[in-house]
Amino acid sequence: MAKIHVLATTRKETRPLVTDERSRAQRFERIFVPHLDAAYDFARWLSRDERTAEDICQEACLRAFKSLDSFQGESGRAWLLAIVRNTYYTWFTKNKADAAAVPFDEDGTIAGAELEAPVESIERILQQRDARRRVNAALERLPQEFREVIVLRELEDLSYKEIAEVAHVPIGTVMSRLARARKLLLQHLQNTEES
Amino acid sequence: MDCTETQRRLHAYLDQEADRPTATAIGQHLDSCARCQAVFATQSALRNGIRRHADYHHGAPRELAERIRARVGGEHKPRWQWPSLGQWLSIGAAAAAAAVISWTAAIQYADAPSNPVAEQVLAAHARSIVTGQQMQVASSDQHTVKPWLSSKLDFSLPVPDLAGAGFPLAGGRLDYLDNRAVAALVYRSRQHVIDLFVWPDAKAGDEAPRTLSKQGYHVLWWKQDGMNYWAISDVNAADLKAFSEAYASAK
Repeated sequence: MAKIHVLATTRKETRPLVTDERSRAQRFERIFVPHLDAAYDFARWLSRDERTAEDICQEACLRAFKSLDSFQGESGRAWLLAIVRNTYYTWFTKNKADAAAVPFDEDGTIAGAELEAPVESIERILQQRDARRRVNAALERLPQEFREVIVLRELEDLSYKEIAEVAHVPIGTVMSRLARARKLLLQHLQNTEES
Repeated sequence: MDCTETQRRLHAYLDQEADRPTATAIGQHLDSCARCQAVFATQSALRNGIRRHADYHHGAPRELAERIRARVGGEHKPRWQWPSLGQWLSIGAAAAAAAVISWTAAIQYADAPSNPVAEQVLAAHARSIVTGQQMQVASSDQHTVKPWLSSKLDFSLPVPDLAGAGFPLAGGRLDYLDNRAVAALVYRSRQHVIDLFVWPDAKAGDEAPRTLSKQGYHVLWWKQDGMNYWAISDVNAADLKAFSEAYASAK
């Protein structure tokens, strides 16, 4: 699997260096411009702020343009989202280092057999009038590490392999985080009903 | 495959990441185990709930693209001009054309028994994307789309708006398939487009839905009440199935 290089620090080229500005621009258009909406949506989701999302998205696109020559030609979408994510975390550590709101427990028990059919039917909860509010509240309560795999899987339609590239974790971790995130979401959905 | 093993691999199955033998084994287990079936139904409901309700897809503001162009242009003092939106689209179309060519080639040389109508459906869908001619009548109003199609065709078809199910109607066009003029309904599913081709079939009898998938494109077709229905899209197979069910129950 091609490793993602976020900045153009590595240049062991498997393809000729594109020096011509025009063809670089065209390549950028072809590879990344179609994913601008995805980049913005993901940045907005990570930062929870429209203004910040624009800044992050813009910065990420500039980084993508600069590091165009190290793009190995797998998924432009996953590559750009990985840059968005890195840019966000750089911004985050600069601005809100102490804002880790939800405690994150990577190793929390998540044996598959624990997946039980819930007492309260999720189907029924999701058909009620405030389903939208509940779903978003449940997502909001997820630790960032879980939220991002759910977003990348369900809302950006990325494969496990692509999620692993974006989140910089092994595929096994993607799978365990997804399983755990879904379990937490079910719990959250059921708890919000009571409140 | 037992319950423990099934539930351990259920997420991979749900995400269409399980290999074929595993997926088959899980499917067989689910058919015979009500408890695992319930767990799967819950997970599917959760997925659909997230996809339908999450406040996520907003799309980049128009000025953002302009600003990125200006910044990149400013830093690089380029000789080139950033393409206009129209040119962007044609670049996108060229990329799509390249993708389509390799994909139709893959269809032709695939091991799966070739289905001439499927190939025509794939080609028609691809052609509409490449040429940007997806809609001759662009409207989310079924009372606009249906009369327009009926006036051009020798048959009438159901044109439900499926916005409530997450598939808003976008419009329609005429196309030519199976040696005749057919209706093509265009629906959206988030950022994806679903084409539904519809035409009458003189042969009696309904046919249950069948599917075919190639390189990220899914085709699902069925026959009901003397009409052929062929849905095609790059949405995932589960969404396309949900779409066909929503259409079949709404029409």
